Amino acid sequence: MSNESNIERHTIAVLVDNEAGVLARVIGLFSGRGYNIESLTVAEVDQAEHTSRITIVTVGTPMVIEQIKAQLARLVPVHKVVDLTVDTKAVEREMALIKVTGSGEKRVEALRLSDAFRARVIDTTHNSFVFEVTGAPDKIDAFIGLMRPLGLVDVSRTGVVAIARGPEAM
Amino acid sequence: MAAQELTGAEIVIKALVDQGVDTIFGYPGGAVLPIYDALFQQNKIRHILVRHEQGAVHAAEGYARSTGKPGVVLVTSGPGATNAVTGLTDALMDSIPLVCLTGQVATHLIGNDAFQECDTVGITRPCTKHNWLVNSAKELTRVMHEAFYVATNGRPGPVVIDIPKDVQFQKAEYVGPQNVVHKTYRPKVKGDIEAIKAAVDLIATAKKPIFYTGGGIINSGPFASQLLREFVQLTGFPITSTLMGLGAYPASDKQWLGMLGMHGTYEANNAMHDCDVMINIGARFDDRVTGRIDAFAPNSKKIHIDIDASSINKIIHADIGIVGDAGHVLEDMIRIWKSKAVKIDKSALADWWRQIDHWRDRRSLDYKKSDEIIKPQYAIERLYQLTKDRETYITTEVGQHQMWAAQHYHFEKPNRWLTSGGLGTMGYGLPAAIGVQIAHPDALVIDIAGEASIQMCIQEISTAMQFMAPVKIFILNNEYMGMVRQWQELLHGGRYSHSYSESLPDFVKLAEAFGAVGIRAKTPGELDDKIKQMIDTPGPVVFDCVVDKFENCYPMIPSGAAHNEMILGDDPEAAMVTEEGKMLV
Repeated sequence: MSNESNIERHTIAVLVDNEAGVLARVIGLFSGRGYNIESLTVAEVDQAEHTSRITIVTVGTPMVIEQIKAQLARLVPVHKVVDLTVDTKAVEREMALIKVTGSGEKRVEALRLSDAFRARVIDTTHNSFVFEVTGAPDKIDAFIGLMRPLGLVDVSRTGVVAIARGPEAM
Repeated sequence: MAAQELTGAEIVIKALVDQGVDTIFGYPGGAVLPIYDALFQQNKIRHILVRHEQGAVHAAEGYARSTGKPGVVLVTSGPGATNAVTGLTDALMDSIPLVCLTGQVATHLIGNDAFQECDTVGITRPCTKHNWLVNSAKELTRVMHEAFYVATNGRPGPVVIDIPKDVQFQKAEYVGPQNVVHKTYRPKVKGDIEAIKAAVDLIATAKKPIFYTGGGIINSGPFASQLLREFVQLTGFPITSTLMGLGAYPASDKQWLGMLGMHGTYEANNAMHDCDVMINIGARFDDRVTGRIDAFAPNSKKIHIDIDASSINKIIHADIGIVGDAGHVLEDMIRIWKSKAVKIDKSALADWWRQIDHWRDRRSLDYKKSDEIIKPQYAIERLYQLTKDRETYITTEVGQHQMWAAQHYHFEKPNRWLTSGGLGTMGYGLPAAIGVQIAHPDALVIDIAGEASIQMCIQEISTAMQFMAPVKIFILNNEYMGMVRQWQELLHGGRYSHSYSESLPDFVKLAEAFGAVGIRAKTPGELDDKIKQMIDTPGPVVFDCVVDKFENCYPMIPSGAAHNEMILGDDPEAAMVTEEGKMLV
């Protein structure tokens, strides 16, 4: 029942019990049923309760997105599934570490642009920078695009983390 | 009271007893020896020794499906666990509650490619509802009780507990099941009342309604079947069911249209196609049922009741989706129906029944009779007539014989029909029959088989002999993998690539080699007497019923076709399967 013209991008937060294999269950669900993962982040968020939060960015038709949420919710160690794209207004952030090498005019240009993006220099040599940049994924895409002709050699991205706006918890 | 300290192996046994388990199916090996030792020193749990771990899982499925209780399996690490995988997948697809205990190498050896080591939780993760690797005896009690809770609550399914050998020796405190509460898993059993009211309102407007029910009714328990009968009779609507749901509604009732789907009846499939309101209770719009999706009941509003939220809107859009247990939802629905004093459109319903009777008149299950050769349909008909008045349970293997059994054996009660629906596992029927027979020692348990399927788990005749489980294996022997041959005939120009069974065993002699009784029937004239002889034989019987080699299973919806495009007779020219359809086989 896929309708190719109807593809949507959703950010889904999943609160899980931090037990062995839980991430494998989530990833196996996506690969086993042929769903897409654009990015996935995971870390423990409550040490006392042993709960982890997984943030998944996925794409699919509305029917597939509904299936993904229902399939996630039926995994036994899952506490809660929230579609941050539909259910709430959410803020999304991603962090990237970006290595640029070069000298002369290109090096100066890279540093000037990093300032415009509020990227921080966290490592430097005579012919390289490592920038730390945070923001919405398209901002990071834009920054990487600008660095490419200036000597971009390495990128490491965290993937999206997201949280609902307003006073309500997940 | 001082805390009770038990070894891991003793905890396993005690937890099983506290969960009400009296029978387990298994096969010993190095990594489960401590549990087998604990088993030896008690007498509350009976262990049925199978001949292959796949047989253990199918036997536990048979036990579970015929009793409504979870089936329990005990196997060793490595090959013990991997041999169980087919059965686990089968149970997952058909929503059968199982608890499978697997041995594992000692914790300090895990990851070292030790002897008989495999990543059991990794391998079984996609074929179980949930699984656990137990790292210490301290966790074991909780995991044991949680496993039974998860297997049996919500949509039932198989679970695996992987227990390293050192954990089986460690001592730890035991706690009873009442003290274990699962942290996260809380399936929804009560349906949303507003949705149920909306469903009742929609049903009340129907002019061409149909009930389409499935295994969810059976899994909900006998009470759900009672409620279904009450509601169907209250409305006067026609009812059809999936392969998994047979027996939930009595086949002798006039509102019963027979099974639907690929080999369903003409009246059931046409009524599905033309209906205006479809009430799906506990079925999941499987591709064997829907045929071509875009031509599936095109002018209908659909109500879908399922305990698994992910079943709703997965394949077919539901106008009203109700997440809940079939029994609970039916109870609420009947109550609301009665309190609203619903008036249905009786004249429209009478017209609808006239149309259905017109379809019925096509007699789609009819076949060409013969005096010389046993037609497989005739064999099932006679088997039905000669066994229907007894306490009879039917299991099947997979293929033509399975469909003929579904078409020509008629069920009045739930839990009497056990077949591998979702996974389609050849080899299921014999071990499942043994599981049924162990649970119901006085019942007549028949595995309707094909000569190809039966060979997949034939070693279990030995189990039946050892435990005096007098199962009857009724083989429709046409020397072909019949369903494969039928598809080759329809789709691949009659090129019967590897679907003819060369070198079949002599099933009568084979039965005798196991110490069982072998019976062969070759002509319609001798069939009844031979079936009676089979029924009257106190022990296991292998019945070699030599049938027409070339009979095909009809009626049939060819792949990629709609419900109203059925082939009725043996006319392969009518089976115009599209190129797209070929891929759907």
